[in-house]
Amino acid sequence: MKDPVDVLIIGAGASGAAVAWSLAETKMHILCLEQGGWMNPAEYPSTGRDWEAKFYGEWSSSPNVRGRPEDYPINDDNSPIKVVNYNAVGGSTVMYTAHWPRLHPSDFKVKTLDGVADDWPIDYDALTPFFEENDRMMGTSGLSGDPLSPLTHPPMPQQPLGLSGAIIGKAMNKLGWHWWPSDTTVATMDYEGRARCINLGHCTPACAQGAKSSTDITYWPHAVRAGVELRTHCRVREITTDENGMASGVVYYDKDGVEQFQPAHVVIIACNGVGTPRLLLNSASNRFPNGLANSSGLVGKNLMFHPYAQIYGYVKEPTDSNRAPPTCLWSKEWYDTDPSRGFVRGYGVQFVRGAGPVFEAVVSEQKGILPWGADHHRVFRKLNGHRLGFSAICEDLPEEHNQVTLDPVLKDSHGIPAPRIDYTISENSRKMMEHALARGREILETAGATDICVNSPIPWGGWHLLGTARMGTDPSRSVVNEWGRSHDVKNLFIVDGSIFVTSGGVNPTSTIQALALYIADQMKQRLANLFD
Amino acid sequence: MSADNQLTRAQRDDLRTIAAMIVPASDEYKVPGADDSAIQDDILATLGRDAKLVAAALDHLARLAGQPFAELDAARRDAVAQEFRSSGGPAAATLVRVVLQCYYRDDRVLRSLGLEPRAPFPMGYVLPDGDWSLLDPVKARAGALRRAP
Repeated sequence: MKDPVDVLIIGAGASGAAVAWSLAETKMHILCLEQGGWMNPAEYPSTGRDWEAKFYGEWSSSPNVRGRPEDYPINDDNSPIKVVNYNAVGGSTVMYTAHWPRLHPSDFKVKTLDGVADDWPIDYDALTPFFEENDRMMGTSGLSGDPLSPLTHPPMPQQPLGLSGAIIGKAMNKLGWHWWPSDTTVATMDYEGRARCINLGHCTPACAQGAKSSTDITYWPHAVRAGVELRTHCRVREITTDENGMASGVVYYDKDGVEQFQPAHVVIIACNGVGTPRLLLNSASNRFPNGLANSSGLVGKNLMFHPYAQIYGYVKEPTDSNRAPPTCLWSKEWYDTDPSRGFVRGYGVQFVRGAGPVFEAVVSEQKGILPWGADHHRVFRKLNGHRLGFSAICEDLPEEHNQVTLDPVLKDSHGIPAPRIDYTISENSRKMMEHALARGREILETAGATDICVNSPIPWGGWHLLGTARMGTDPSRSVVNEWGRSHDVKNLFIVDGSIFVTSGGVNPTSTIQALALYIADQMKQRLANLFD
Repeated sequence: MSADNQLTRAQRDDLRTIAAMIVPASDEYKVPGADDSAIQDDILATLGRDAKLVAAALDHLARLAGQPFAELDAARRDAVAQEFRSSGGPAAATLVRVVLQCYYRDDRVLRSLGLEPRAPFPMGYVLPDGDWSLLDPVKARAGALRRAP
């Protein structure tokens, strides 16, 4: 039998890396088990001529399409939004757009302000120092002083405005609407061993330059140097408990597929909003028949995705196409509740610079705006390199029927039951999406765009996996307490997006990592009585 | 099995024929069609995980044609191709995508579009910084972040 470790972290993505690094200073024996492996940037798509084609196969954002051995299947047939993620050291920070807004202070008090959903048990101020620490560790770029966003202090200047940004900025100014250069985790100068961005453009499926921050090149090297053990290609099947109802360790399959048991004094789950409830439900036992940490019945419930309402069109002037990071500007013009709009809460906007030629051809043919035959070439030259996009990240409110359960049939390569997603877009979200599309159309038309197309929701847009093990002070209405500890199992913690109470209208990774650092800090402050 | 052997000769003929209908050669733009031999070779060599769906699409195409698609006259080919687009589902979409992804990475095609035929890394691209005075109206307008109680 293996020696017990002090802390066992499951998952080496955004939150697992942050919590591992933060706890490393305690000098405890910390072990992280990750089902994926270390990435090799020399094999990233933008190093090859087939860089766009790879997005349709081995570098698809969908684990079901990608089907790497490190992935697990997800039954999302009963959802208009499909789950996308990445499984490796770095997790989905390997494959994301690097757009880096954070939740607003008002997002933590949704019930108080707008009478819907629930307030968080913590407020924005509790996270402020951890947002700042995380921005330094991940290395952010941006322009401080956005009047409609929380104050940030990015250590690097914002990305260039570029051709696309200028067109969007002019249109937004004509309409009198808010826009601002996005905070991103793209390094605009050499930073902490990372080379500055050289505009490879194909940022989402991993950055060969290393300019885009992912935790395999930010937190993990520091954590490993500080003594954290990271064991790769180890897939956890279940968390075990002892006769006192405490977590005793995990059963996992090692890189050779051999079942192992790793005892631990503390277990931290960092598998995000689908992987975490899957693991808890797969950890059912005689003592916890409905799954571990599930006395509330809320494990897997309240899944929030952020339905994306996307609209794009084509302007006469050239845009940045694929020759720049895809996201450059945001707008918070419609972020807060305005009762006159007919829905509560709101959405953030991320503007998109353009697309590469293969993506443009494939998508435009599917949309029916790029013909077959003799006129193909003329139309393609009108479209390619002229695209501008607008994507609204609509706040998804928690609804218990939106949920992650275990699929009764589907299993991963180790025979572990796979997650099943049941999700519908609410009426409030639909109204919000319609509002966003109307505003997007105004912006695009003001910019002179034609051939306007809509993706609403973006079908493969389930990037943000939130709410399925929510935090709260009431054990009957939440899974973890206000500092991430399970109400039911006092040496079990959750630090990922599943503990979100509400989703806000922004990309969540910055807030997920700030939460992980906050929980690590709470643990360090309570080491003497962590299980009381 | 070699990549070429993933499709039968008849399927390869039909693939070449439908590819030329999707993207024909153009004297005006000085580009080959998607039936060009180098592009066809690229398609066949890189079918990989798409091979099954592409083969299924070509089988569907042949069924619609009632004979080898490549042997139809032009008018009948157009009619069958239209039916193929509307009824082919994910398999047809995959075939079209495979044709386009190989066509739009061909050196001759990229040059005709004014693009450099190379991988993005390691050279990258230059992005103009732009005129940040555009942001002045937003700064002047200010605004207020909604406060939490």
